[in-house]
Amino acid sequence: MRGGRLELQGLRRSFGGVVATDNVSLDFPAGTLSAIIGPNGAGKTTLFHLISGRIRPDAGRVLLDGEDITGLERQEIVRRGIGRAFQVANLFPSFTVSESLAAAILTHEGRTASLFRAFPPADVATRAAEVMELCGLSALAGVQARHLSHGDQKLLDIALALALDPKVLLLDEPTAGMGPEERWRMIERVHRLWEARRMTLVFIEHDMDIVFRIAETVRVLRYGAVLAQGTPEEVRRNPAVIEAYLGAEHALEGTAP
Amino acid sequence: MRTVMTWRGDALLALLGFVALAAVALGLGAPSVLDFAIRFAIFGLMAMSLNLLIGTTGLVSFGHAAFFGAGAYTFGLLMQSGGWSIPMAILAAIVFSALLALVIGALCVRLSEIYFAFLTLAFQMLLHSLVISWVSLTGGDQGLMGGIPKPPFLGIDLGDARHLALFSAFCLLASVVALRQVVRSPFGAALRMLRDNPERAAFLGLSIFRYRLAAFVIAGTFAGLAGVLMSLYVSGAFPTFLYWTTSGEAIFMIMLGGITVFLGPLAGAAIFLLLNDWITNITEHHGLVLGSILLVLVLGLRKGLLDFAVDAWRERQGRRA
Repeated sequence: MRGGRLELQGLRRSFGGVVATDNVSLDFPAGTLSAIIGPNGAGKTTLFHLISGRIRPDAGRVLLDGEDITGLERQEIVRRGIGRAFQVANLFPSFTVSESLAAAILTHEGRTASLFRAFPPADVATRAAEVMELCGLSALAGVQARHLSHGDQKLLDIALALALDPKVLLLDEPTAGMGPEERWRMIERVHRLWEARRMTLVFIEHDMDIVFRIAETVRVLRYGAVLAQGTPEEVRRNPAVIEAYLGAEHALEGTAP
Repeated sequence: MRTVMTWRGDALLALLGFVALAAVALGLGAPSVLDFAIRFAIFGLMAMSLNLLIGTTGLVSFGHAAFFGAGAYTFGLLMQSGGWSIPMAILAAIVFSALLALVIGALCVRLSEIYFAFLTLAFQMLLHSLVISWVSLTGGDQGLMGGIPKPPFLGIDLGDARHLALFSAFCLLASVVALRQVVRSPFGAALRMLRDNPERAAFLGLSIFRYRLAAFVIAGTFAGLAGVLMSLYVSGAFPTFLYWTTSGEAIFMIMLGGITVFLGPLAGAAIFLLLNDWITNITEHHGLVLGSILLVLVLGLRKGLLDFAVDAWRERQGRRA
């Protein structure tokens, strides 16, 4: 499935008196690779919750390829083609890597009611193997999720979302909790996934080096509102961004790792 | 193709087991051996069916004996009413257990963990009270008296202990083959997803309610069959079948044998029954002694015996590799 266009129109959501998402309108054209950055508490994860249907907006709309998906059930939003990986890997601990992917595919296609076949059916096992290959998990096919390293667990979490062949893939801090070297491996992996599948990919990231290296466009959130957006170069030179978030050294010295 | 092969492989193994059992049982023919074989089949089936909920689906039911009792009473009452052949009465008893599981399950499986456990327990005690107080139908706390007629069918005379032993073994083995297929089908994978991470499973599009309910009904159905065998064995049905201690024993068997290994509950049932018989012979405080032994085993190993054995074996393999 090729990428789909994701549009957010005037999204608003508050918790008690706190405005977590304040009139956010963003456009992610089909097949683009975008980053969302912003200080802690800027409302980045809340925005993902709003898109994926985990929480409902007080106002505003979410459009996928022009269709309004605001307020649909989470499962329905997944079925429409919005996949999501979690900040903390959210897995099936006793399933091996290949079983996890096969189970995700079977569930997504509503084929789990069968009692008389063996799990996994051959066609699903083949597709699970393709996803493992793509994600570089093939060598770990037979390892239970609970025995994977932290980084591989995050990778499997992304693979689970990818296995459903989403039009839009949301990654919430794919490199959270990793060492510097592991971060780069992970982000290269993500970049390759995007090049291979050309889904619309949106990721939240703290590490500015990573963001400026791979993202085509960057959206900056602050206090729940959009502070700036543009190419990494434009965002890096934006005075408001420099003041609010980046600090002078990024703007002046560039971002080579 | 592969499915068919593995399924047949299980059935073939079960058939071989059955033939071996038959040779031993009929060859020895000692009443104590036959007696043990029947009880092993009954409680092994009970524990195996409960483990579909506990081990596979992650639902700890404290009320599983409700379906054991339902199977026993339905079968006993139908046979005493006359006019029913044994196969038809067995079928009816199983269907009734399944329907009961459907109703109770529909009310229980939405609840999480501890509330689920307590509500299943509550329904079981409700049924127990019903059986005790409905004296005209169930005989109250005396149970179904006067024996259960066992007209022969297809040349099988269940009044004969050898026939009953083989019939019980057949029911157990057929059920084990069926349960194994359930566990490793796509449906079984869905149950394991619910055990591991219901939230993520739901996010992928799985209906938690429907799949838990289906597991509950399947488990209740096989427990009903175990109840039928119990009713044949004691030629009656008694309120203790529905009492919480019966559920508790099944849970003990699972804990003893292990929840992660498919045949763990069978091993647990065998150990439990052997211990029980042995201790009853040497002391009258058998509850105290049995309880202490179970406590030491469970706390000492922190898992069932088969779990322990398989883990130890895997570790050795791992070190060698």
